Order: sequence, then C-alpha cells, then structure tokens
Amino acid sequence: MTTQTPLLSVEDLTVAFGENRVVENLSFTVEAGQTVAVVGESGSGKSMTSLSIMRLTDNLGAHFKSGKIMFEGRDLAQATQKEMRSIRGNEIAMIFQEPMTSLNPVFTVGDQISEAILLHENVSRAVAEDKVRQLLEMVRLPDAANLMKRYPHQLSGGMRQRAMIAMALACRPKLLIADEPTTALDVTIQAQILTIMRDLQRELGMGMIFITHDMGVVAEMADHVVVMWKGRKVEEGPVREIFANPQHPYTRTLLSAVPRLGSMKGERLPKRRPLTVLEDGQPKVVGEERVQDTVRTDEPLLSVEDMLVRFDIRKNFFGKVTHRLSAVSKVSFDVYPGETLALVGESGSGKSTIGRTIQQLQRAQSGVIRVRGKSFADMSSAELFKMRQEVQYIFQDPFASLDPRKTVGFSIAEPIHTHGLIGDRKQVTKRVHELLERVGLPSAVASRYPHEFSGGQRQRICIARALASNPKLIIADEALSALDVSIQAQIINLFMDLQADLGLSYLFISHDLAVVEQMSHRVAVLYLGQIMEMGSRQQIFEQTSHPYTKRLLSAVPIADPAFDRAEIRIEGEIPNPVRRVGDEPAILGHDEISPGHFVARGA
Amino acid sequence: MRRSPLRGRIVATYLFKRILQAIFVVIVITLFVSYAVRLTGDPAVMMFAGGGGSMSEADLERVRAALGTDKPFYLQYFEFLKGLVTFDLGRSFAGGAPVSGLIAAAAPSTLKLAFVSMLVSIVMSIPLGIWAAVSRGKAADQMIRIFSLVGVSFPNFWLATMLVLLFSIALGLLPPSGMGSFESYIMPTLTMGIILTATNVRLVRTAMLETLQSQYVMVARAKGLSESKVLYKHALRNCAIPLITYFGLQFGGMLGGLVVIEKVFSWPGLGTLAFDAVNARDYPVLQAVITVLALLIVAVNLIVDIAYGLVDPRIRLE
Repeated sequence: MTTQTPLLSVEDLTVAFGENRVVENLSFTVEAGQTVAVVGESGSGKSMTSLSIMRLTDNLGAHFKSGKIMFEGRDLAQATQKEMRSIRGNEIAMIFQEPMTSLNPVFTVGDQISEAILLHENVSRAVAEDKVRQLLEMVRLPDAANLMKRYPHQLSGGMRQRAMIAMALACRPKLLIADEPTTALDVTIQAQILTIMRDLQRELGMGMIFITHDMGVVAEMADHVVVMWKGRKVEEGPVREIFANPQHPYTRTLLSAVPRLGSMKGERLPKRRPLTVLEDGQPKVVGEERVQDTVRTDEPLLSVEDMLVRFDIRKNFFGKVTHRLSAVSKVSFDVYPGETLALVGESGSGKSTIGRTIQQLQRAQSGVIRVRGKSFADMSSAELFKMRQEVQYIFQDPFASLDPRKTVGFSIAEPIHTHGLIGDRKQVTKRVHELLERVGLPSAVASRYPHEFSGGQRQRICIARALASNPKLIIADEALSALDVSIQAQIINLFMDLQADLGLSYLFISHDLAVVEQMSHRVAVLYLGQIMEMGSRQQIFEQTSHPYTKRLLSAVPIADPAFDRAEIRIEGEIPNPVRRVGDEPAILGHDEISPGHFVARGA
Repeated sequence: MRRSPLRGRIVATYLFKRILQAIFVVIVITLFVSYAVRLTGDPAVMMFAGGGGSMSEADLERVRAALGTDKPFYLQYFEFLKGLVTFDLGRSFAGGAPVSGLIAAAAPSTLKLAFVSMLVSIVMSIPLGIWAAVSRGKAADQMIRIFSLVGVSFPNFWLATMLVLLFSIALGLLPPSGMGSFESYIMPTLTMGIILTATNVRLVRTAMLETLQSQYVMVARAKGLSESKVLYKHALRNCAIPLITYFGLQFGGMLGGLVVIEKVFSWPGLGTLAFDAVNARDYPVLQAVITVLALLIVAVNLIVDIAYGLVDPRIRLE
C-alpha cells in the first residue's frame, strides 16, 4: 500500500492569527489508503490543521508563518485560491462535525451533492444525478431517488451525515478529511457511520485524516495517530504503539482520563478514581481511590410512578390534535438518598423529558411524582416552590446556561436570594466564596464574567450555583458531554466527592455508557420513552438481558486497538416517536429477573 | 402523497383568512382617516375660500346638502362602504370627476415609482451589504457604514432638492419634474432608492455576517465553489427570510415617503392625489386613496408570505 512519496506531507507548518500561533511546527504524512487520526482536546489546533490543508483558514483570517503542505508534488501552502478551488471537493474533500448544520437548509440533498460533480467533472446534469443516486446507495441510504428531492430538515442526523459523506466522496477524492464526523451522533448511528467510512476507504483506496477527541473512535479507525497539544504535535506513531506504550506525558494523561467501558467489571459499587494530571510536564497521580458506598435505602428521596408525557405535534383544520409524540410512556423508578441513578438512551428516548418533568419545567399528563413520600399533586404552591430549591438542574451547555452579563458570583447568589436562604449580605458573599472553593475554584473569581472561564470551569460554576440552594437531588442532563475527557474526569470526581460529603442524590442523564458505568449505582435504559431494562450497575453491564441494552453496549467504541471487534452490523434508524392519535404505543410490562433487575417484556 | 387533498383545503383556509384580514384592515384604517379628516375643516368652506367670494350660511348649507356632508358621520361612512362594495366611489368634491377614474389614473404612476425605487434599493443594498460583511472591519466596510449613516440622516425632500439643483439646474441633464421619459424616473427613484438603501445595507450586512458563520458556508467552500457562488447562491438565499420580511414592511413605510417625493417632483401619483385631497377636504378621494394603499399593503404582505415558502422549504405550507 505504501508508495515512495506520501500522498500528503505536512512539513513544519505554523498557522497563526496575527501573532497568536494556533498550530506550531507541525509535521506529519498521510499515505494513500492510510488513516491518520489527529487527536487532541479543544484548543489543540487539530481542526485548524485540517482547515489549513484545505486552505479554508484564509477565510478565517489566519496565515501561514512557515511550512509546506505537499500534496501530489504541489505545495498547497503556496497555491492560489483559484488553484485550491480545483483541488477542494475534487482531490481533497472534507466532512464536518455537525451534520445538522453542514447541509444548506434551502437546497435539496440531491442538488447539493450534484453541485460538486457538476463543478469538477465535465458531465451533464442527468449523468450527475445518476451519480448522486449511486453515491446515496453507496452510503446505504434507502430510497435514493426519492431522497435526492428532499431537504435536509426532512432527514435525521445520521442520514444527513451519510448524505454529507456522499457529497465528500462525489468526485472520488484522494484524501478525505473527517473533522469529528460522529461526535454529534448517537452511538448506534456512530457505529454505522464508522463502518461505512471504513468500508468506503478500503474500496476507494483513499488517504484519510480523522480528527477526533474520542480515543475509542481512534482505536477503531486509525492506522497511525498524531497527538496534538496546545498547537504542537507531542507524539505520533502506529495506533497500537500509542495505546500500548505512550511516550509523552500528555498522551499518558489523556489515555488515563478516557473512561473505558468494562473497566469496572466485578465491582459492585461505583468508584472514585485517582486522576492523572500533568504537573511540571510530568504525569502525576493525584486524589484517592474510594468506593462510593453512599446509598441509604430506608426511604426513597424521589419516587416516580407511571410518568406519562405526550406532546401534541400536529393539529388539523379545526385545531384537533392528529399527531402526538409519546415522549415518556408510563415510566417508574425510585432514587434513594445518596444514590446516582443513570438514565441512558439515544436521542428521542425521553431521558431529558423525565428530568425536566421532575424539575417542574413541564407537566406530565399522568403519573405520580413523590419527594420523600409526598406527591407533587398534594403539595401547596409554597411546597412546590420549595421543591425547586431541593431539586436542581445542571444543563449540558455550560456556555449557554450562565448569563453573560452577570458576574458568576451574582449567578451563584441568585438561588440564595430567590429562596431567601440567607438574609445577610455579607453572609451571602461568604457562602458564594465557600461554594466556589467547594467546586475547586478560587473565591476571588466571583467578580468575573462567564466569558473569562473555560468550559470546564463554567461547568464547575454551574455546579456551585446548583449547590447554592442546598439541594437534595441534582439532575445532571448530559452535564459532561460538552467537556474534554481530562476535564470530564475531574468533574466526575467532583460529583462523587460532593455525593460522599453532602449525601446528594443524582439523576444522571447521559448517552455515554462508560461514564455511566463508572459513576452510577443503578441504571435505567430507555428506548422510545419506556424503560427497557433497569438494575444495578453490575446487573446492567455484566448481566445484560434486554436485546436493546446489548445493542447499545456493542455500539460503544472501545478505546483499545487490540480489542477483537466482532463485526456487529447495526442497521436502521432510531424510529420516529411521533404517532397518529389513536395509534398509541404499546406499554411494555416488566419482569424482575433477579432482585432489583427489571427487563421489559416482549418486543 | 396522501397529504395533497388536505393541502388544497389548507391553502383555501389561508386565503380566506387573508381576505378577512384585508377587509378588517380597510375598515379600521378608512374609519380612522375619514373621521380624523372631518375634524380638520369643512369642504364647503374650503370651496368658497378658493373663490374669495362672500358666502352666507344658507349657501354653505346648500353645498353641504349637495355633497352629502350634512348627514351624520356614520351615514356618510356607510355610504362610502356601500360605494366600495358596488365599485362606485362617487365623485370628487373638487371638480366633480369620478373618483375611480382619478385613482385609475394615479395608481400606476405610484406603483411604477414604488417598484422601481424598491428595485434600485435592492440592487444597491445587496451587493454593498455583502461586500461590507465580507470585508468586515476593513476600509470597504467602514465606507459603506458611513454611507449608510449619512443616508439615514438625510431628509428625503432635502436630498430630492439637492439632486434637482445638481442635475437639472446646474448640469441640465435631467428633467426637474413630471413623469414621462426614462430620464424622468432617475431622480425620484434614486432619491427613494438611496434612502431605502441606507437602512437596507445594514440589514443585509448583519444577516450576511450571521450566515457566513454557518457551517454550510464552510462546506460550500470546501466543495471548491467560487466565492461568488458561495455568497450569492448558498449564503444569500439563507439571508432571504429577514430581508424579505423587512422589505415587505418597508414597502408600507415607503408609500408614506412617496407623498413627499411625488410632491417635490410633481409626480402624478396617489401621493399627490392624497395631498391635494387633504387640502381640499375632498373626502371621497381621500377615502379611496387610503383604501387602495391599505389593500396594497395587505397584498404585499401576502406576497411576502408566499415568498417565504419559495425561498425556505422549511416553512412551506404543510
């Protein structure tokens, strides 16, 4: 497979915005048919590297300080934009992270794909359309002829990303750059997309640069790995080498922070794990290992019984509802003091809806929600208001959930004022400082504004704000998903420390099964608004019983290139939960197959 | 698909709602305008004031009876509505010409002026706005923003007068007033066009800046498309919704501005007609002009709604 000269060779590349260098002295090569993974956390310069190869950095206002980008005997760093236009989309193509926003909403899928063919190849429209049909079939999209006439908003995320791949492959490029192509997708869809990409690469013999922060995906896809940190390459090597014997301290810290599915085999309870951090350029293990034995099983703190939430989707001429989305169908579970219950599932499984209903952000059509034995329905409005204090919510996006015009101290103090917890102004300030220190930030930052903090710090601030009202239960809705793995590992430990110290309960909503395995006591697996399987950590991950849970677990990429992957072909989309009125989903009963382990019957 | 018979019904409902809306708008506006104008003076007095002759109270009474203005307001208004339904808008108080004839003569002139002005502003503001967005913070952007600020600050009659001074009086290139040849359109539409462009340019710039951040613009560039295709095909179409909304609203505002422009350039349009009708307290003409303008605005709103669906598949009628 290897040729004398590599397909692409980046030599000593430095990219800068003004004087700010985002990529420094980077060199690596890609051979035809080879997959090179560029890994790193946010700000590592990995996306800038890919945009530089396409010379799309010009539009962002960046310039090259030094270096060459040799592609088939030409130096792309010196090429004119006109020359680049004949290379882009033709010889080098790119797939972007967000399938939801990378297709233009006002043009049909077919038009957008054929556009590239018509541009680079001298063919008629009819020939181009024929090619588009073949491409859509190649990425295994069913009913290609009909799909071409559809608009992006009529397609699911997974379908859009496949259309995007079809678009990138339209002119049979020699090099494909994929920038986090599956990050925004559910694991089952991710598994399908990765399989398609692997198959097509083999078929077309393309070189591929795969940019990702997910070490599991790296292990599955890459031949060769380039690790980037703060704009520089810190290490590179064959994938097995990197995983088995990482040399650079940063690579070692990164790999140790990656949550691994199955790493807790045989453990009854979740475990707080020590962290590996970089200190003076050397990895150092800090913190203790502690078994999270915090659950008190006398009386449930929260008890949900037969929760049912439906949204009216479409109405007819007379305002009568014709279509409904069954978001949550008769879901029941308990959360005990000091316990973490994880709700896992794919998009549309209803996991966030359950959280929002408990937080009274929306109403359930039926069902009972009790806190310490008292039902919401029996509470006075003053008691319901107090529930808003005792139950706190932490959102996925720490950027969007803090008011950019208020200091973080103000944001943290707000729930204290709202619930009238502390009257004295000085005492409030003292409490805010305490809270900031509790989540690992210096108290002096109280007077700063959200934009001055990184994503991980903001999530800590959001946690401090949640703690401000002395909650009993925290609903963490994908609270770790937007964070880099090293930050994620720190926040997981923070969550577990707070639980051990304050006896908090968590309803942990997540799609990341490896994180769930590490930090939850019990797990409920949701699919289309119903619980498929519920039980202790060990029951779910080691005595997996429901086929859906098995499917979900098999789709998780394993961060170990030596892992023997059984070729599990996962097919199909996540079904649409919108149904006609009258065509209600069947409510599945549950069997208790061992104490505390419930599995949905049938289906 | 099974949806198609339903679709016809939805379209019918939609149009029906639109017609009801138009009727409501016309009634509210004409009621308000007719009542307000009657508070400002008596057409009978106005008629005699022009002639300079003396008049007795009996003469005035006779004139009022002839015009029908002696009847209570609600009866006069009812007469007007009846006229609307039967397409007989009566005769002008000043001169006695049939109102429908006056409208029919004036409306096309105004429409021509309005549409050409609109076109001038669109043709100027879209490329300028895109240029400003692409060269954000650079010299071109600064210049365009200064132009926009200056343009917004100009009163329209002042700009019109300056253009007349320059092109008609000093250079003698263009006719100072009237409507006829191609040249006669240049100054009125340029005046309106520049003033509209001044605000539109900012809107196009803002909408474009936001769209240029989108990933699909990056994807379009990654395909190898030329910059003009990226901007004018992929990005512009996505800016269309806010632009169409604003252009639609602007059309209504512009009709008001045209009264002044028509007066300055002696343009024989609805603006001039309305202006003279107010002066003469010529109720039938004024009411008719207002009705036509209201219907025009309703029609433009309808066009805007249809245009939404054409440019953005996500809001096509389901």
